[in-house]
Amino acid sequence: MSDPSSPDRTPDLGAIAGLAEAEAASQSLELFRRMAVARAFDEHVRRAQMAGEVRTLVYLGVGQEAVAAGLSMGAEGSWVLGQHRGHALYLSFGGRIERVIDELLGMPSGCCGGMGGSPPIHDFERGIVGHNGLIGDQVPVAVGMAMGGTNRPVVTVFGDGAAEEDYVLTSLGTAASRRLPILFVCEDNDLSVLTPTRDRRTWKLAEVARGFGMEAVDIADDPWLVAHWTTALMDRLPAVINVRTCREYWHVGTGSDGPGEWNRYEMVKSRLAAMGLGDESRRIEREAAQMVEARWTERLQIRSAS
Amino acid sequence: MDRTVADTIRELTRRHIADHNGVVVGQCLSAVGWVQNTVPAQTEGVVELPMTDIAGSGFAVGLALAGRRPVLVIRFQSFLWLNASPIVNYAAKSKEMFGYPCPLLVRAIASEGGGTGPVHSHAYHSMFMHMPGLPVCAPMTPGEYEQVWERYLSHDDPLLVSEHRASYKNNRELPDIVRDDAVVTLYAVGPARFTAEQAVADLADRGIVCNLIHLVWLKPFAPSPAQLDPLRATGRGLVVDATYETCGAARSLAYDLSQATGRMVAAMGLEERSPGASPHLDNLTPSAERIAARIEALLR
Ligand SMILES: Cc1ncc(C[n+]2csc(CCOP(=O)(O)OP(=O)(O)O)c2C)c(N)n1
Ligand SMILES: [Mg+2]
Repeated sequence: MSDPSSPDRTPDLGAIAGLAEAEAASQSLELFRRMAVARAFDEHVRRAQMAGEVRTLVYLGVGQEAVAAGLSMGAEGSWVLGQHRGHALYLSFGGRIERVIDELLGMPSGCCGGMGGSPPIHDFERGIVGHNGLIGDQVPVAVGMAMGGTNRPVVTVFGDGAAEEDYVLTSLGTAASRRLPILFVCEDNDLSVLTPTRDRRTWKLAEVARGFGMEAVDIADDPWLVAHWTTALMDRLPAVINVRTCREYWHVGTGSDGPGEWNRYEMVKSRLAAMGLGDESRRIEREAAQMVEARWTERLQIRSAS
Repeated sequence: MDRTVADTIRELTRRHIADHNGVVVGQCLSAVGWVQNTVPAQTEGVVELPMTDIAGSGFAVGLALAGRRPVLVIRFQSFLWLNASPIVNYAAKSKEMFGYPCPLLVRAIASEGGGTGPVHSHAYHSMFMHMPGLPVCAPMTPGEYEQVWERYLSHDDPLLVSEHRASYKNNRELPDIVRDDAVVTLYAVGPARFTAEQAVADLADRGIVCNLIHLVWLKPFAPSPAQLDPLRATGRGLVVDATYETCGAARSLAYDLSQATGRMVAAMGLEERSPGASPHLDNLTPSAERIAARIEALLR
């Protein structure tokens, strides 16, 4: 098979020069704050699982947090339907942190009462809809919500593996045919569990989406670039964004096979420093870590008291 | 004998590919341990599917029609809800509808516990038993798996094999236990066979003697005299299976056993609720304690 993962798997895919620099400093720092919170959260989940505090299966998104952060900057107020690796999406779109901590701790106050662990986290009142664990299942559901005419656009996020599911492809076709207000975002880490894309298919999602008659871009996970395209395409739905990103830990659980192909988080910090925002970004990072630690400590105390 | 169920499946598959131009089809086969070491680590005869849970079983049906005797690997039985239609509506109906066979072996793997959660836990063989044209079995030992494979190769039916991860490391055969002084006959299916063995031992310690009959073939279900006579002798029976009770395998088998013997046979399965991912919310294969308690209640 030819390899759809090269030469497109580069950290510069689709780069637009000067995008970060043109953004207001406050926006760039908010973007980074969302990344920092998501990363601190998943790093904490990892430690909590290793310490035996979290006993359910966890799907960590460390390395991929720029996607949700960028997306949330451009799609505020949307319905959001992601899949199993969704902590960053949940937090970036304003899901209440205590509900997801409690869920991972198996508490009745968790967003699913401890039934689900990572995959079905949701905060319906805030527009974040749960996932049942059948990968890609959220995509046709998202199309149905877009058909429902709720006066709110719909964003659905899925993986490069999920993109292959029959019902995901037909969801793209249906949204294109009916011109539905939905943004499809593929978080493309080049892996389905541990099987690389080249062993599964030769086609590219963005080209398929264009074939269906939708606008589509294929870009790297530079969060300013993700935010840029989200904002632009929200006015021209339906549309597809395929985002190349790197997962740092195993498919499930806490193990690691070494660093990803690039480290977007560090790249964003360097960019902020070059833009004169180094001190602020360090402060944001520190505060994010403190907030996450404090909330976990508080929730653990509640669990042990009950 | 050290050979486990996993070793047996892998070696049968390897030979199937080498000797019969067979093929094994599924998702994520090669990465992460070749499906708990049940698939031979080779490219020949191994088809790595994209993530396609509806078309995937359609591909397997096509491979069957092309004469490849495919083995379709379903890594969690929850995916059967998506993959079911080509299996029951094409493969299983093919002989009756078109007059040509569609032999396909579905390796449907059940799991439980460890955070598997509300969707991916458990076996769903009951819903396949419901449909005509599709034999269903649940082998848990190396020898049983060999018999199942032999059946697949010597017949032209599709076959739904309900596997359970709890069996993969098993290297024992599980002989029936039949005693003259038994007061009840327990029939066990799938992973409940392991807990039932324990329950029988625990009850014996308390002075309650039980027969234990292991069931491998769920459909067609044609119990032999050796399987029925103990029930006739004890007058009471219980079927245990790790699936839901309503319209489930345990009740269906209990009815058949009762009809065949005129004896009262009860059924026992999972609790009627979805399992949670957190350990305290799990809904596991009926434990030895639950089975023993049920038998004691039957005897009261
Ligand atoms: C319908 C269905 N098929 C298969 C699986 C098993 N499975 C769980 S996650 C996964 C890989 C998903 O890959 P992708 O969509 O790229 O998401 P990623 O894990 O890379 O974030 C697979 C095959 C599943 N949960 N549901
Ligand atoms: Mg992926």
